[in-house]
Amino acid sequence: MKLENIIQGKAYVLGDNIDTDQIIPAEYLTLNPAIPEEYRQFGRHALAGVPAAQGGLPKGHVPFHKNPTDLVSGFQIIVAGRNFGCGSSREHAPIALDAAGIKAVVAEFYARIFYRNAVNGGYIVPAETAERLCEKVCTGDELRINLEACKLENLTTGETYTLRPLGEVVPILEAGGVFPYARSKGMLPA
Amino acid sequence: MAAQTLTEKILARHAGKTSVEPGESIWVDVDILMTHDVCGPGTIGVFHQNFGRDAKVWNKEKVVIIPDHYIFTADKMANRNVDVLRAFVKEQGLPHFYDVGSERYKGVCHIALPEEGHTRPGEILLGTDSHTCTAGAFGEFATGIGNTDAGFVMGTGKTWLKVPPTLRFVFNGDLPPYLMAKDLILAVIGDIGCDGATYQAMEFDGDGVYALNIEERMTLCNMAIEAGGKNGIIAADQKTIDFVKSRDKAGKPFVVEKSDAGARFAREFVYDVKSLRPVVAKPHSPDNRAYVDECKGTKLDRAYIGSCTGGKMTDFRAAAKILAGKEVRIDTFVVPATTEVARTLKTEKMVGKTLEEIFLNAGAKIGEASCAACLGGPSDTFGRLNQAIRCISTTNRNFPGRMGHKQAEVFLASPLTVAASALTGQITDPREYVS
Repeated sequence: MKLENIIQGKAYVLGDNIDTDQIIPAEYLTLNPAIPEEYRQFGRHALAGVPAAQGGLPKGHVPFHKNPTDLVSGFQIIVAGRNFGCGSSREHAPIALDAAGIKAVVAEFYARIFYRNAVNGGYIVPAETAERLCEKVCTGDELRINLEACKLENLTTGETYTLRPLGEVVPILEAGGVFPYARSKGMLPA
Repeated sequence: MAAQTLTEKILARHAGKTSVEPGESIWVDVDILMTHDVCGPGTIGVFHQNFGRDAKVWNKEKVVIIPDHYIFTADKMANRNVDVLRAFVKEQGLPHFYDVGSERYKGVCHIALPEEGHTRPGEILLGTDSHTCTAGAFGEFATGIGNTDAGFVMGTGKTWLKVPPTLRFVFNGDLPPYLMAKDLILAVIGDIGCDGATYQAMEFDGDGVYALNIEERMTLCNMAIEAGGKNGIIAADQKTIDFVKSRDKAGKPFVVEKSDAGARFAREFVYDVKSLRPVVAKPHSPDNRAYVDECKGTKLDRAYIGSCTGGKMTDFRAAAKILAGKEVRIDTFVVPATTEVARTLKTEKMVGKTLEEIFLNAGAKIGEASCAACLGGPSDTFGRLNQAIRCISTTNRNFPGRMGHKQAEVFLASPLTVAASALTGQITDPREYVS
């Protein structure tokens, strides 16, 4: 994907320490993301490991997919707490979110490898905020992110929050990942 | 020049610089790239897509491919993924491939790497697995990366890294017989939390660390990622040098170094090893620390001894010491990390019996060398938690669903604590069996 300044969509809210086993359980890692049809299949299994009571806060028990066989979720933005994406190095985690139609995650901070994978593959925008948004936004709220302005607007409640600047990863996200970035800089042959 | 930490020195040398600062982004030359059956197919896809169908890896000697995750399964997709590795190895003529079903098959990559001489002090090792940090036990910079990063390294031999600040953990004193490295690292993670070292290096130091054997040092570094650490690292000493030289048949030269006196550590933590008690991590996070004496008596359904962090010979010697001549009261699964460990279980003796005999006589089941149920895997995986049961395990993660069933509960503990608990069917203090 290419970086879009405005990202708008419905929020799916999760808590702290959403690990990669919750984002994409190991039993689905037999799918090969290098094969386009199998890449799409990851969308169906995205967030399959999140315990029901913790999926779709504040109430929980909100399914991420309308029907269990859907490849794409009805939500476009994930709002979460601290340490999103901790655990394994599986790139299948940001891939599963991308395949499920997620455009951005807004968390307090990320585990390092997940953040790097999200940026290098250009799958989703990993936005950060100093606010504890997972306790302020409700699943289903309509959100609008303005990356240049570092703003997140909750269109359902009318409240506005500040995002941290994406900083040095902007050129990589704008290029669409580390390979197109490296080619644009002459580090790899075009 | 400012004093540097060990991690800073290694990164600076690989970036062609005399020194680096924490927070600085640098391009480094990679010494070894490792991948396996779960992330290898995706990595190979990224490599072909970006460098071309006919492209060659940057250096055949530096790419190591170790299938280990989903090996002994009827799952067609899992077996297909090993075929993808085979085709790539053939196409590229890669010498360091440890194929399933061959004499060379090893098992868990993080233990196979040092056994086969792919770990050396002063080097940079990257792997498509978060527990690649295990190799920091050899005084090198080792960390986990994703498929895209690995595909980039495969084609160029380079990657960009942000220099991490270093946290220093000093252990003073000798380990009492009822404690293991697993207790130390679970204590650390309990103290700093599962995000306590995010983006930072974790350097382990002190006479308590240097008294540990190489395998126990690997256990310490293995779980750096469970605190969010970028890498775990222990400066090489004579034990490291002897081990590395005994394993690297090619005798490749390496650089032994340590943090400078006066190097800047972001924070320092000091532990008196003798004052520590056996630790468990309760469900569902490695930082959910409790002392064994606080939760003893908790009923269990299963015990599991295996994985990169808990399936080495030191782990099995500890378990055998407790299980010898006794019988387990719950299902107990033993999974050697590698085929070398599996062979040694058949030959090494304790009180006149092989370790394998001790485990089988105690009523434990022994599986084949692989990652097995540590990360769940296909439903026919040996030891997988297919029901909502409670398990005590020597593995490194107890996230919801990690070992299979989403409602299963996993307690992480040392091999001593797991073996003692297997005998009673409840969480049991190993001090009841070892003085």
